[in-house]
Amino acid sequence: MAEIEIKNIAKSFGDYQALHNINMTIQDQEFMVLLGASGCGKSTLLRIIAGLETATSGEVWIGGRRIDHLSPKDRGIAMVFQNYAVFPHLTVFENIGFGLRMQKLPNAEVERRVYRTAELMHIEQLLKRYSGELSGGQRQRVAVARALAMEPDVILMDEPLSNLDALLRMEMRAELKGVLAESKTTAIYVTHDQVEAMSMADRISVMHQGRIAQNASPVEVYRNPSEKFVAGFIGNPPMNFLPAVVASTGHWSVAGCEFAGPDAQATTIDFAIRPEDVSPSEAGISAVVRVVEPLGAHLLVTCDVDGHLFRAVLDSDLAIRAGDTITLAPQLDRIRWFDQTTTQAIC
Amino acid sequence: MAATHQTRASGRFVYVSGVVLLCAWVLVPLYFLLINTLSSPEAVNAFPKSFIPEFDLGSLTFFANFSGMLSALKNSIFVAAITMVLSITLGAPAGYALSRFEFRGKETFRFLILLTRAFPLPLLALPLAVMFIRTGIDDTIFGLALIHTTLALPFAVLITFSLFSGIPMELEEAAWTLGCTRLTAFTKVVLPLVLPGITASAIFAFVISWNEVFAAAVLTIENRTLTAFLLQNLDTSPLHLKFAGGFILVVPALVFIFAVRKYLFAMWGIANR
Amino acid sequence: MNNRTLPYILILPVTIFLGVFFLYPFVLVAQQAFTTGAGFTLDNFTKVTSHWKFSTSFKNTLLLAAAVVPVQLALALLMATMVSNMKKGRDLVLYVWTIPLGISDLAAGIIWLAIFEQSGFLNSMMHGLGFIDRPTNLISYQSPALVFVAIALAEIWRATAIMLVILVAGIGLIPKEYYEAAEVFGAGPWKRFTRITLPLLRPSLSTALVLRVILAFEVFAVVQALGGTLYPVLMGETYKYQFELLNGGAAAAIALIILGISIAATLVILRVLRVPKGASI
Repeated sequence: MAEIEIKNIAKSFGDYQALHNINMTIQDQEFMVLLGASGCGKSTLLRIIAGLETATSGEVWIGGRRIDHLSPKDRGIAMVFQNYAVFPHLTVFENIGFGLRMQKLPNAEVERRVYRTAELMHIEQLLKRYSGELSGGQRQRVAVARALAMEPDVILMDEPLSNLDALLRMEMRAELKGVLAESKTTAIYVTHDQVEAMSMADRISVMHQGRIAQNASPVEVYRNPSEKFVAGFIGNPPMNFLPAVVASTGHWSVAGCEFAGPDAQATTIDFAIRPEDVSPSEAGISAVVRVVEPLGAHLLVTCDVDGHLFRAVLDSDLAIRAGDTITLAPQLDRIRWFDQTTTQAIC
Repeated sequence: MAATHQTRASGRFVYVSGVVLLCAWVLVPLYFLLINTLSSPEAVNAFPKSFIPEFDLGSLTFFANFSGMLSALKNSIFVAAITMVLSITLGAPAGYALSRFEFRGKETFRFLILLTRAFPLPLLALPLAVMFIRTGIDDTIFGLALIHTTLALPFAVLITFSLFSGIPMELEEAAWTLGCTRLTAFTKVVLPLVLPGITASAIFAFVISWNEVFAAAVLTIENRTLTAFLLQNLDTSPLHLKFAGGFILVVPALVFIFAVRKYLFAMWGIANR
Repeated sequence: MNNRTLPYILILPVTIFLGVFFLYPFVLVAQQAFTTGAGFTLDNFTKVTSHWKFSTSFKNTLLLAAAVVPVQLALALLMATMVSNMKKGRDLVLYVWTIPLGISDLAAGIIWLAIFEQSGFLNSMMHGLGFIDRPTNLISYQSPALVFVAIALAEIWRATAIMLVILVAGIGLIPKEYYEAAEVFGAGPWKRFTRITLPLLRPSLSTALVLRVILAFEVFAVVQALGGTLYPVLMGETYKYQFELLNGGAAAAIALIILGISIAATLVILRVLRVPKGASI
C-alpha cells in the first residue's frame, strides 16, 4: 500500500515562504499531477516528498509510515529528473541497474529487471551505449527505466518531458501513462503544461503561490474550477471573464445581456465562459472582432466586448473578418460565476 | 579583386610567420639547453658552440656522479609528491564545499584563499624556518613540503571548485534516490567524473613544488632539493653541471604540462574569480 | 542530511592549515621586522634602507618590473588574439606557448645563461656571422646594460605564458556575437580589438597584471643565475640577510617592504582596471 499523506507541510527559504500549509492525500496507484506556473512551489513540494529538501514544518507519510525524517534512499521512492541525470560514466545497462546494485540484489535479478524495464521503454538495443551517444528522448527513457527498475512504492517525476520537442513530448506522454498504469505504482508528476496534466492525471492539484488552489479530477478542474486562478490557468485559450452587475435577485446583466445566475450578496461578480462554449447566434453578447486566427480545425477570434478582451473558438467555415460585429451566445450550463473579492467560485 | 586578395594573402603571411616566430622564440632556447646537456663537458665549455648536439652523455654522467646530486633529485621528488598529496587531500573537500553549499563565512573563506595566492609566499619561508627549527622539522623533506603545500593550496581549492561546479547537483540527487548515502554518491558518481581534472591539478601541484627555489634554498641544508642544490652551487659549479641540472629540472615539467594541457585553461581561467 | 555542519567540516582542514602556515608566519614576519630583541622599533627598517645596496636593489626591482611587465602584457595580448582566431594547429601552438609555465625560474635563468655566457650561443652566433673574433664577456660588470637586457629577456621568455593563459581564458568568455554585431556596424579589426576585446577583458587583464606584478617584485632565481651580484634585487637581498648575514630582523624588514609595494601596486591596478557594476559579460 503506497498511499501518500501530506500533512501541514510548510517551507520557507529565509524570508520567502514557498509553501503554505499543504495538505493532500494521494491514493495507492493514483497518478497525481502537481500543476502550476514557475515558482508556485510544485517542485519544492515534490523534493520535500523525495527527501531532497527538508520541510520547515509538517509531516509526510507513505504507506502508513512517517518518512519526513528519512534520507531519500530509505523512503521507497524513485525519481525522474527534469534533466534526466543519467550518469555519463556508466552504460545504459549500468545506469538502469544502479539502484539495484546499491541494494545488493543478485546478478540474475539485476539482469532480469534491467532487461524488462529496457524492453518496456523500448531501449533494449541501447544497453551497451553511454549517455553521451544518446538523444534527449533516449536519455529520458533511460531515466524512466532506471526509476521503474527499482520497483518503488512511489515514483516521482519532476517535469520529465519539458526538455523534449513538441512531437516527442506527445508520444512520450502516452507511453508514460501506459507504462505507469501497468506497473501499478503510485505516481506524482510535476508539470507546468496543462495539456500534459489533463491527459495523464487521475487527479490534478493546481498550485498557485505556495498553496493548492484546487485538487480534483481533470474533468472537474476543467468544468468546475474552484477559483478564478484555476479557471484562467486551465484551458487554452483561457476562460473569458466579464463583469456582471446585479439586475434583480438571481439575475445578472453582462455586457447588455441578462443571464440567470446565483444569489450573491455582492452587487458585481465575475461572469466566466470558455471560448469553446460560445457560438454565433441571433441574440447574445455583442462583440467587435479584432483579430481572426485560422487554426485549421477552428477559428480563434479575439474580440472586444464592452472594452474587455474576449476570445471565441468558432467553426472554421464561418466568414468572419476583423472589424465585424458578431453576436455570441454562451452555452448556459457552462457559465461559471466568481466572487470578485475572494476569487472563489460561486455555486 | 586582386588587390584585396593580395592584402589578404600578405596578411595571412604576416600572421603565420608571426606564429612561427613566436613558437621558435619559445623552443630555440630550450633547444640550446638540449645541446648543452647532450654534449661532453669539454664541448660545453668550448667556443664557438656548435648548433648540433654531440649526443654525448658526458655531462649527464658527470651530473649523476656529482656528489649529492642524486640525493637532491630524490629529495625534490619526495617533496613534490608529498605536496601533491597534501594539497589535493586538503583542497578538494574545500573545493567541494564551495561549489555545493551556501554557508556563513563563505565569502571570508574565499577571500582567505585569494589572499594566499596574492601574497609573496616565499617570504613566509623566513619565519617558518624559525618555527620549523623549534619543532624539529627544520631541514626536512616534510617541512619544505608543508610550505609548498601552502603555495599550491589556493590552486587546488579553486581548481577543484570549478571541477565540482561542472558536475550538476542532479546527478548526486539521483544517486541519493537510488540508494546512495552522501558519501557513496560522491565516490560512485562525482569522483569518476572529476578524476581526470583532479589528476591534472595534482600534477600542477607537483610542478609548483618541483620548480620552487627560494623556500627550498632557505630551508634545506643537509636535505637539499634539486633547485636548492643548483642555486647554492651557482657560483662554484662548472657550466656543464648547471646545464645538465637545468635540463633535469625542465624535462619532467615539460612532460607534465603536456599531460595536463587540456585543463590548463580551465584551471587558470577559472582561478580568475 | 547534516547540511549545516558538513561545509564547515570540509573547509576546516584547509582553514587550519592556512592559519598555521600562512596567517601565523605572516604575523611573525611582521613582528620580526619591527623588533630587534629590545621591543618595538623601526631599527631594522632604518638599517636596511640606509644600506647603500638597498636603493640599488629597490630601484633595480622596480625598473625590471616596469620594463618587463608592459612588454609581456602586449606580447601576451598579441599571442592570445592570434590564438583565438586559429582553427587548425591551435592545440599544438598553445602547448608550445605555454611550455614556459612549467619551467622553474631557476631553469629559465640557466637556459638564458647558455645563450649569454662567455662561451655561449649568442657569442657563437656573432662569431659565426663574423661580428667578433673572440668571445666577449657579455654579462660582466663592465656592461650593466647588457646584464639588464639578459635578465629582462629571460623574464619575458619565462613568464609571458602566465599572462597568456589568463587572457586566453578571458577572451574565450567573450561571445562571438559581440564581434559579429560590431562588424555589422562597421568596426574594423583594430577597432573591434580596442572597443570590444580590451574593455571586456578588463577583469582578466587586472588578474593577469596583479599576478604578474607580484611575481615580478619577487624575482630571484633568474637574477641569481644570470647576474649573481651584478644586478641586486630586493628578494636577493632578503636571501642574503637571512642566509648569509644571519640577520632575521633585516630580512623580515625587506620582506615587508616587498609586501608593501606588492599591495600598493595591486590596489592601483585594481582601481584603474575596475569594472563598473553591471558592465561585465
